[in-house]
Amino acid sequence: MQLTNRKVVVSNKVQSFAERLYLPAIAKGMVITASHLFKKSPTIHYPEQKRPIAPVYRGQHVLKRDDAGAERCTSCGMCAVACPAEAITMTSGERKKGEEHLYREEKYAATYEIDMLRCIFCGLCEEACPKEAIFLTDRLVDTQFERKDFVYGKDKLVEKMNERIDVTKRQTAAVLEFKKTLGLKHNELFDANKLNKGNH
Amino acid sequence: MTAFIIYKAIMCGAVFLLCLGAAAYATLWERKFAAFLQDRKGPSRAGWGGLLQPLADGVKMFMKEEIIPNVSNRSLFILGPSIFMVTAVITSSVIPWAKPVLINGVTYDLQITDINIGVIYLLGVASIGVYGIMIGGWASNNKFALLGAVRASSQMISYEIPMGIALIALIISSGGSLSLKEIVEGQDVGFANIVWQPLGFLIFFICALAETNRAPFDLPECETELVGGYHTEYSSMKLGLFLFAEYINMFISSAVMATMYFGGYNFPFAHELYAKLGLADGSVWISLIGFGALITKIFGFICLFMWIRWTLPRFRYDQLMNLGWKSLLPLSLLNLAITVAVEYFRGNIHF
Repeated sequence: MQLTNRKVVVSNKVQSFAERLYLPAIAKGMVITASHLFKKSPTIHYPEQKRPIAPVYRGQHVLKRDDAGAERCTSCGMCAVACPAEAITMTSGERKKGEEHLYREEKYAATYEIDMLRCIFCGLCEEACPKEAIFLTDRLVDTQFERKDFVYGKDKLVEKMNERIDVTKRQTAAVLEFKKTLGLKHNELFDANKLNKGNH
Repeated sequence: MTAFIIYKAIMCGAVFLLCLGAAAYATLWERKFAAFLQDRKGPSRAGWGGLLQPLADGVKMFMKEEIIPNVSNRSLFILGPSIFMVTAVITSSVIPWAKPVLINGVTYDLQITDINIGVIYLLGVASIGVYGIMIGGWASNNKFALLGAVRASSQMISYEIPMGIALIALIISSGGSLSLKEIVEGQDVGFANIVWQPLGFLIFFICALAETNRAPFDLPECETELVGGYHTEYSSMKLGLFLFAEYINMFISSAVMATMYFGGYNFPFAHELYAKLGLADGSVWISLIGFGALITKIFGFICLFMWIRWTLPRFRYDQLMNLGWKSLLPLSLLNLAITVAVEYFRGNIHF
């Protein structure tokens, strides 16, 4: 009686003497491996050679300064709100007299920390930022020995004026234009009329 | 007498260093060759293109923590790798490395000792080698190690028989001498023994793979079934000795195959070349060229060993035994019978 039609006849043929010697099959296999001797290895010797990465690669963050050297970040907290991994924390400070060359607006980020182990490099902070202050760059986050060393503070995040980080690949004219679109969350929030009405 | 002792000491030291150096660089070449066969690059960081990798591996082995299990038999546990290493190295003593050199009217053989039972000595020492594995695995007091050791010894016993019979056929066809030097000199003019003994060589080669525990016959250290096989409990340089001795064994068995079947330090048209270069018998240059030829042959065999290792999967244990007893043993007996018949009709043997 046959319950299903899944029965298969398995070949169970007895090996011939030549097959039991394995030699023809072995020769075949060895020709295959030998052919790999003449193939190009796809290895990239990492520190010396680098694989080209996409122009919009999302790597380690940078906090930009403006052309005069003042920090653009105003510690509004939009990035922290947008962050799905809750990797960003900050505290605000008020700009004192004489600090105008350091901070562009009256309020600034006294501390600004990104936990690189929490960060998923999605780029939402960059999208949320109304001040064009935070960008993801094509740099890789360094390896560390301890978890606490992965919490990057302002010392590592804010760009240095003598070695400015180029973000033009991410901040193209099209992107800038797009960010002005009304209806985007941060444009809505900072729309003066809506703010005064207080309907959010 | 003093000169004799100094000459022998230099020979021993040189051959010892040759074995260790060749084995060390065989480990590097194994990794490189495996990488080439698998479209990779292999170790390339230590030294120039990875040339110092064997040194780094050695340092690593020495620096590792040495663990001797409490339940093991301590003295036998230490004896195991020692025997394995020693037997691996002393096999090299009967191999003729090059033609004798004539210095100040004295002929120096470039061979540690030319005993007239060289072939039997080789087989004997090779089979003592398995005692190292057996003692080491048994003294570990570990089921996996013991199983590995049992596998090693039964495999060794099974494959020694066809190997020995293949060698008997070789000795009959090459004139009846058991001295390796005479076997090599017999191939000085005319063809190498491989021409008369192709089947015998094939059997010998397969058995040599099994005797050196190389893939596809590396069941004693079969990590998929036996953790690490006979060296499961070993660590640090004792493990290093086991692993390193495998490469010495590979080097020596390549040298033996080159010597017995491929003419050792002889090569085709050697005499024509020497005559053209105007070298007299006993010249150092002849020895060097011959040594180069032998090393080239050994290198070829080592590559073949590695090529096989990185191509073939491991045999199942019953397949291993079937191959040894049901295929190789009848084949080697057939080879012996044919050889004896041929030599009888050529009038070289008399009953």
